[in-house]
Amino acid sequence: MIQTILIYSLVFLSFAIFATIYRLIKGPTAPDRVQALDALGINLLSGVAIFSVLLRSTGFFEVILLIGILSFIGTIAFARYIERGVVIERKQSD
Amino acid sequence: MSWLHLMILLPFIFAAAVPYIYRKFTPRIHTGWFVLVIPLVIFAFLLSFTTAISYGNTAFSTVPWIPSYNINFTTYVDGLSLIFGLLIAGIGALVILYSIFYMSKREALNNFYVYLLLFMGAMLGLVFSDNIFVLYVFWETTSVSSFLLIAYWYEREKSRYGAQKSMLITIFGGLAMLAGLIMLSMMTETYSIREMVSQAANIPSHPLFVPSMILILIGAFTKSAQFPFSIWLPDAMEAPTPISAYLHSATMVKAGIYLVARLTPVFGGQAEWFWIVSSMGMITLLYGSVNAVRQTDLKALLAYSTISQLGLIMSLLGLGSASLYTGGEESSVYMAAIFAAIFHLVNHSTFKGCLFMVVGIIDHETGTRDIRRLGGLMHLMPISFTLAVIGSFSMAGLPPFNGFLSKEMFFTAVINAAEMKEFGVNAIGNLFPIIAWIASVFTFVYSMILVFKTFRGKNKPEKLAKEVHEAPLGMLISPIVLGLFVVIIFFFPNILSKYLLSPALAAIVPTLAAAGETNVKISAWHGWNIELFMTIGVIVLGTIMYHLLKKWYRIYLLYPENLMLNHLYNIGLENMEAVSRRVTDRYMTGFIRDYLVYIFAFIIIIVGGAVWLSDGFSIHTSDDAPVNWFEAVLMIVMIVTAAAVLFAKTRLTAIVAVGGLGFLVSFFFVLFRAPDLALTQLVVETVTTVLFLLCFYHLPQLRKEFARIRFKAVNAIVSIGVGVVVTIVALSANGNRLFQSISGYYENSYELAGAKNIVNSILVDFRGIDTMLEILVLSIAGLGVYTLIKLRLAGGNRNEKAE
Repeated sequence: MIQTILIYSLVFLSFAIFATIYRLIKGPTAPDRVQALDALGINLLSGVAIFSVLLRSTGFFEVILLIGILSFIGTIAFARYIERGVVIERKQSD
Repeated sequence: MSWLHLMILLPFIFAAAVPYIYRKFTPRIHTGWFVLVIPLVIFAFLLSFTTAISYGNTAFSTVPWIPSYNINFTTYVDGLSLIFGLLIAGIGALVILYSIFYMSKREALNNFYVYLLLFMGAMLGLVFSDNIFVLYVFWETTSVSSFLLIAYWYEREKSRYGAQKSMLITIFGGLAMLAGLIMLSMMTETYSIREMVSQAANIPSHPLFVPSMILILIGAFTKSAQFPFSIWLPDAMEAPTPISAYLHSATMVKAGIYLVARLTPVFGGQAEWFWIVSSMGMITLLYGSVNAVRQTDLKALLAYSTISQLGLIMSLLGLGSASLYTGGEESSVYMAAIFAAIFHLVNHSTFKGCLFMVVGIIDHETGTRDIRRLGGLMHLMPISFTLAVIGSFSMAGLPPFNGFLSKEMFFTAVINAAEMKEFGVNAIGNLFPIIAWIASVFTFVYSMILVFKTFRGKNKPEKLAKEVHEAPLGMLISPIVLGLFVVIIFFFPNILSKYLLSPALAAIVPTLAAAGETNVKISAWHGWNIELFMTIGVIVLGTIMYHLLKKWYRIYLLYPENLMLNHLYNIGLENMEAVSRRVTDRYMTGFIRDYLVYIFAFIIIIVGGAVWLSDGFSIHTSDDAPVNWFEAVLMIVMIVTAAAVLFAKTRLTAIVAVGGLGFLVSFFFVLFRAPDLALTQLVVETVTTVLFLLCFYHLPQLRKEFARIRFKAVNAIVSIGVGVVVTIVALSANGNRLFQSISGYYENSYELAGAKNIVNSILVDFRGIDTMLEILVLSIAGLGVYTLIKLRLAGGNRNEKAE
């Protein structure tokens, strides 16, 4: 029973990934694409979570956490880039 | 180690000392006086061999050099090498004596004598070596030292041109010769010339026989300035005159003659050898003598005359090789040709050395070598005039000079050759005496030009830079000695014959010598025979032609400049340079994209070709795991994302898509149960994306092309090709597992290394060195980035400053 539910959730997640990929490619502006990348990260995160339940393994929990952190860092980096033109700003005193 | 080894090495050893002597004594004593001792010692030493050699003995001694390869410095003294050794040392001594007076103390004498001694040692080593590789080493040393000597006045452009030309041609020949010698050693399985001679009967049937013969002959012909390789010799006349006298008349140009004579017992007696050697010699003889007449520079005239005389000697060696074929009664007739070759070789060295020195004196005393500006020097320079007459008349083949004897023997040889029945010599054989006779007429004409245009006629002091007077005595000693030899050999040829020429003949035709047939009767040089009438004909026609020179001289002007060998050489060199530059410019475009196309195309051709040729393409699916539906879904998503990178319209899109691709790859790692890889992949992917963004900003303004990535058919074909090839290779490799995987061993990581994480225990325990070096790679990359950013040299940041 739980097995079937998990597989169904994976199928729906696949649809979600397809949808984000579509936005990633098509997305008329750069923020659209960055949003898509962020969503892709979260989708993958959930995918990994479901998958580790399926595999009955605790080996991928770090991956889940890391995706969360990195997808956040990546999105911030893109956002800074789009907003200010640079990722890391120099101090004004230089 | 014998005394002879020491004698060969003596010039090299002394050459090392010359610069010190030069520095210590220069203004007071001419360096040449010290150098003069060396050839005298060697000459005296070599003379001590003559009696033993004349009784048919030979001397043999070995010093190991590279014993594991059987390459040893083996000296071998027989009649042939002794003649050459005596010529090298003897004329070397005379040339050094002459150079003491010819070369001013202001010149760079240390260079001069070091080069000269190098050459002398190399030449001695060449003629006494029995090992072919040692012979080759000395052969190239003569080429190099000759190059140095020709360019002695290196500030002149023509000297450099001549040196380069002679270097290119002789080294070309030397390399061809090396290939030929290697083939010869493969056929005979020995490096010793003596042992090759003893195996001579077995090799003519070998498939390498003719190629090795031709390659060795190319070497001999280039060195001896045979047609068409003769072009370097006239340009080598830019060397100081003592050098021209020594290298380019008496010794180096005879190295090829020596090689042909030395290998005659191996190759001689074959039709190919007979035809190549004798016909090339004949062509060179005619070419040299005809061209010598048109020269206006005395040294160029002598250069062409040397070419012609070398052709004469070469053709005699070729004609004489027939004696090895026939054997018995008949062979002694042809053998006389080889005897004549050796005899003329000695004669040529004497009279040509003398003539060069006389020309050097004229140049030294008048300041010019141009025949058109010279004349009427007879009364001003009587001794030089006498010497020039002796040398030239001997060269023309007149009695009572030694050239007469050898020219008569030459005529005998060509007449015999015309009647030869072997080697398919039929009607063509009649060409031999005809060419020989015509060439002799031209020889007579240019010999007369040399004497009478310079010494007779009107004196033209207004055309000369200096006031003409006789040369100092010291300068005259050497040509006088050589001139005396010219006359003495004429009157007493049999002494020379008994002690030197006959043993040399025995060395060239050893099989006949064993039968005791090498006692050539040089006494039979007079008598009313056809040769004498040919000589008389030469004199009569030659005299007429000399007097009518102005009438027929313009024939030479008819020959087009464009077909001159020199012109062809220059054009050839220019074209080779131009073509290679064009080829290089064509493929070295400077665009990395082009180079990548070459690299990938070669991957496709070589890897794909190898798979194709070896029928390596085979796919076995029996071992493959079943494919899950979510793996397939992920695959499709990745393909779409990868395609998005390719077709992205802006660079930012491409970066975002690459980031997405990285996330998807990490998900693959999750699917295939590799948590460590997934972790690392995620971190690296994010960092890379951030780095891309950093770089993106720093891209120079001009390159911010927000156009589509240029689609090129070539790119597409190449990239698809590489993809297909790699896929095929991967599938085939997967289908052909030959061995069991060793991963079972690592499953014991807890017992072996105390680690539950196999991946990590492999990284830090089983294969720790790889990890260490990867850490090193990262540190180097970090340092590299740091230095690139911090140590900006001037102008390195131009693009960003311009913004």
